Amino acid sequence: MTITTHRTVFFWIVGLITATAISAIVVYGLPLGIDFTGGSMMQVNYPNGRPALSVVKDNMSVVSLGEVSVREIGATAVSIRTRTQTPEEHNAILLALSQSASMTELAYTSVGPALGAQFTNKALWAILAVALAIILYIAFAFRKVPRPVPGWGYGLVVIAILIHDLIIPAGFFAVLTHFTSAEVDALFVTALLALLGYSVNDTIVIFDRVREHLAFNDRTNNKESFELTVGKSISETLTRSINTSLTVVLALTALVFFGAQATRDFSLVMLVGVIAGTYSSILLAAPLLIPCARWFSKK
Amino acid sequence: MTRYRAFSILTLTIGFLLAYFVWSTETDPLSAYRFKLGLDLAGGTELVYRADMSQTPMSERADALSALQGVILRRVNLFGVAEPIVQTEQASTISGISEDRLIVDLPGVTDINAAVASLGKTPTLEFRLATTTLVGTTTQAVYISTGLSGRYLASAVLQFGSGATAGLAAPQVLLNFNEEGAKLFEKITSENIGQPLAIFLDGQPISMPVIQQAIPGGQATITGRFTATEARDLVRNLNFGALPVPIVLESSSAVGPTLGAVAIKDGIVSGVIGFAIVAFFMFVWYRLSGLVAIVALAEYIVFMLSVMKVVPITLTASGIAGLIISIGMAVDANVLIFERTKEELRNGKTPREAVHIGFARAWTAIRDGHLTMLISGVILFWLGTSIVQGFALVFVLGVLASFISAVSLSRVFLLAIVPEEKSARWKFLLGSGFTNL
Repeated sequence: MTITTHRTVFFWIVGLITATAISAIVVYGLPLGIDFTGGSMMQVNYPNGRPALSVVKDNMSVVSLGEVSVREIGATAVSIRTRTQTPEEHNAILLALSQSASMTELAYTSVGPALGAQFTNKALWAILAVALAIILYIAFAFRKVPRPVPGWGYGLVVIAILIHDLIIPAGFFAVLTHFTSAEVDALFVTALLALLGYSVNDTIVIFDRVREHLAFNDRTNNKESFELTVGKSISETLTRSINTSLTVVLALTALVFFGAQATRDFSLVMLVGVIAGTYSSILLAAPLLIPCARWFSKK
Repeated sequence: MTRYRAFSILTLTIGFLLAYFVWSTETDPLSAYRFKLGLDLAGGTELVYRADMSQTPMSERADALSALQGVILRRVNLFGVAEPIVQTEQASTISGISEDRLIVDLPGVTDINAAVASLGKTPTLEFRLATTTLVGTTTQAVYISTGLSGRYLASAVLQFGSGATAGLAAPQVLLNFNEEGAKLFEKITSENIGQPLAIFLDGQPISMPVIQQAIPGGQATITGRFTATEARDLVRNLNFGALPVPIVLESSSAVGPTLGAVAIKDGIVSGVIGFAIVAFFMFVWYRLSGLVAIVALAEYIVFMLSVMKVVPITLTASGIAGLIISIGMAVDANVLIFERTKEELRNGKTPREAVHIGFARAWTAIRDGHLTMLISGVILFWLGTSIVQGFALVFVLGVLASFISAVSLSRVFLLAIVPEEKSARWKFLLGSGFTNL
């Protein structure tokens, strides 16, 4: 029962981690990729050695593109981000780039500004819709749970957990964008949404145990403090929580180290998110039920 | 027990057959069931066009969009691409502005500019009635859409008519409408005798004959100021299809074949390593139960791969990531069950009883957990960009398959081997971790 008795300490630790993540987001920001803002992104490989980035930028100046950002990727390639290029402009740029060194274009993506704005809109709605659907489902699944906390109380706790579970990977990603060329893209949103579904799964398992104990106590007329019930539920599900997260963490680690370049940042965000989702359900979700119960019984 | 054993042998046989199916179809280069690789893996180009429907009445938009799809598909086939995909999408933002899009996937095409140029040659053909209105002191030509457009065109023929210039035959383009178009053309001409009918090509009026009489039979001639070459090109382009509405290129992306090949290799390597690590952990920690879970997991994977081949689901880098993550998640349900079974053993139940009760007890948590994951998966799919959908589809499928594999396969396998009597050996086999139970 260590976790429930020392819950204030754990609340502080989790709070501190969350505060760190929030300050990372504030300090480094979350730069939006072309999926959101519109624009063009080219990946160009120089098999015989990469010219200096200033040379590449110089080559680009044949077309007036405004702000051009050039970053190194891998040993010989660069990624170039500009405003949305027309097919003619793209042609002219390719020609200009091939003048300084032999090169091949690995990938090219161009998103019109209107499409970008629409995606932003959709992504925000999707995150809200997932969160809302999950909370409603929890409230429904726990509607018959015996007192002291009503079904929607569990839903409320889940809101707190969801917010935490989004802030931590977002904060991590903010740090990642500062040190690498990573940008918030469609895959980042995918990771967040998948995490919403996954981390709640963990919380549900513990809540499910609390529900079972409460129902049992109710049937057998067993008078047990709510704090004890929650503590028992946490320690009984602890091995399971850690082991299942461990298997997902193992699979994700394989993806980070051996998976495709395109999904590396995605796997990293998922990895951080799964770890955050696991400790949040153990240290935050179930212990939060205790002050919650006190509040509901006062009313 | 015999029942469970028979069922286990049956499912194992099906598993082996599925594995053989996956292996044999993948090694046979001619098989229709090879994995469909997405553009990010096979290399290729994706173009997203917005259809400009501002001149099209609301009721005809869906029709126009599907006509557009047909024309572009014919164009793309002309380009000589294997298995092109032309999809339509009617997106409505929350603000209520609806947008009609055309998504063109060209596997193997990496020259984005050639693709854009080729599709861009598709002409837009429209017939509009020309009237004039008085704006202030000047008269302005106003063109009213008649609904007759390139989608009603059956064929175009090059002709040399008796031109005004002596001795030189002027090139003309003869348009043959289809049945529906012919009726529409007759109706328009009969109702507007004496009015000029403007023929718009790519948004420009190229000819404005005055309607002399109703024209039945569905033939019209364009006598623009063509050179012979221009007229010949126009006829060719019209015969490959004329667009009913103009289209604008909104986004495009191309992936070279090298990047795709690396992505496939990385996907396979990380998948194999991921499975191996998870399997190793499960075996070391959960012993016999772990082994059963690995077998169930292997069946789960061949099942997923077979479904992806048969449906077929296009495999993308994000889809492979989804598959690998779902492997990790499929274990989750098994772990839940094993932990529960262990608790029952600890309470003094016989091994078989413990397995039965363990599964029953884990059920509510498995159900609630899988349903919430399913909810987020479905919403992810709705979010819609192809890279997100690739992940979401595999994720949803994975959640469903994991559900089946955990509640049926692992249970049946365990019940097929676990005995009634208590014994120290079985206590060890069903135990976990560093200690006995």
